[in-house]
Amino acid sequence: MFAWLFVSPAERRVLGAARFGGPTPWVIAIMSFSIMLIAATGLALASTAALVGRSIEARYTLQVPGGGPNLGQLVAAVRSTPGVTSVEAVPESDMRQTLERWLGPAAQSAELPVPALIDFDAADAARVAPLQRRAEVIAPGARIVAHRDSVGPLLHSLRVLQWVAFGLVLLLSAAASAAVVLAARGALDTHRFTIEVMHGIGATDLQVTHLFQRKILIDALVGSLAGAIAAALVLLLLASGASLAGELTGGATLGPLDLLILALLPFALTILATWVARTAVLRSLRKAL
Amino acid sequence: MHGAWQGGRRTGPAIRRMGRQVAAVAEFDSVGLRYGTGAEVLRDLDFRLRTGSFYFLTGPSGAGKTSLLKLLYLAQRPTRGRIKLFGEELSEAPREDLPPFRRRIGVVFQDFRLIRHLSAFDNVALPLRVNGASDEEVEGPVREMLAWVGLADRASARPPTLSGGEQQRVAIARAVINRPELLVADEPTGNVDAEMANRLMGLFTAMNRLGTTVVVATHDVGLISATPGAQLIRLENGTLVDPTGSLRNPPRSAN
Repeated sequence: MFAWLFVSPAERRVLGAARFGGPTPWVIAIMSFSIMLIAATGLALASTAALVGRSIEARYTLQVPGGGPNLGQLVAAVRSTPGVTSVEAVPESDMRQTLERWLGPAAQSAELPVPALIDFDAADAARVAPLQRRAEVIAPGARIVAHRDSVGPLLHSLRVLQWVAFGLVLLLSAAASAAVVLAARGALDTHRFTIEVMHGIGATDLQVTHLFQRKILIDALVGSLAGAIAAALVLLLLASGASLAGELTGGATLGPLDLLILALLPFALTILATWVARTAVLRSLRKAL
Repeated sequence: MHGAWQGGRRTGPAIRRMGRQVAAVAEFDSVGLRYGTGAEVLRDLDFRLRTGSFYFLTGPSGAGKTSLLKLLYLAQRPTRGRIKLFGEELSEAPREDLPPFRRRIGVVFQDFRLIRHLSAFDNVALPLRVNGASDEEVEGPVREMLAWVGLADRASARPPTLSGGEQQRVAIARAVINRPELLVADEPTGNVDAEMANRLMGLFTAMNRLGTTVVVATHDVGLISATPGAQLIRLENGTLVDPTGSLRNPPRSAN
């Protein structure tokens, strides 16, 4: 299957010492660099979306307008609901501290009505509606908010961005393929005489294509790996910056599977470029007798 | 044997079928050829080349000699008529069927058609390599052939550094290295001195005695007269002039 990769020096000499399509490795390196960065971004977005999605999937908040004279009773009601795994009443001081960012010292005023909040995780969403009814009996106006409803638009945006990244990877791969086709045609023009002679003495299209294919593969592999290494360095730099940047970017991590996908991308690009070039060369050769 | 040339060795039914000896190496039946929309450069060619014979193709410049040779070595398809080579109808054969037939034909081009960046050795070795021979298998025959054409010490020289005559000899060595069944040569002695011309014609004659059908296009009357037993094909204005009728298919004598 890979025998054509291991050709003798005599076979390599047939196309001469000149490199196949001089700028080709550079174009592929740039494409590989961009594809790696975009793919890493897309995978990180997917990972973040999954992480956020998992953390809020079962998360609810019971909001009690006007504070919580019945807070203890409400906490007990939540805790006694089947499927509830954790319950935490948000201290009023925390609420006021949060409001202080917007309201300033007025947030500490006793006249400011601050709602009571009870965060809880419920494994069974079906139990939340009965709990809502019980809470309304204990504290009229109390309502339960599912975090997934409020964070939903953000998750949706993350997923859209993830697909945009995927689309860009495809687009760049197509652009890299187009560049390889142009380079392959250029190489065919350069070596037209040699090809004519080889056809004349009975070489098949596949024999001629093999000579080009090996050169294309080497150029594509060199370009892809160079671009991937440069992208890996940039990603390492971004990752070290992200760990310092705080919780917002801290969640955007790449798992082992993501890293494996990124590691395979340059090889996938190489295979794609080689296949596209081989097809272009074969098609072009078929136009001759 | 290495990868890229592996497609060269074929053992399919087509090759087995080609192994059989046929009476006529080439048969032209009402063949015509035109380039693009121009007038026909070859018209109504009806002849057969008997296996193992020696032919000289003559005619004035522009008569269509090179075009006829192109049809013979499968570089061109006829625009009408049928061509049979080695007993197989090839006028409309799919192009992927042609390489095994081309390997049975040795061609000496008027302009040599040597690959400039390859050494004389590699140029001569090319048909063997295309045929799937390994580097070890190539070494001996190529050295021997280069020695025969007097270029043993120029094996590593590239064509641009060779004289016209030397390039001609490399081209001839490349054409005959594979022991072709049909050897087609377009003015093969045009760039060599009389002594080398005689040696090259000696090589062609020797190959012909071993069974190779030889077709030499030439203007050199001396060459023709020095090759006893050779038949003459004369082209004028794209048509065959065959006063003896021996080239006809079937021969006139059989009519």
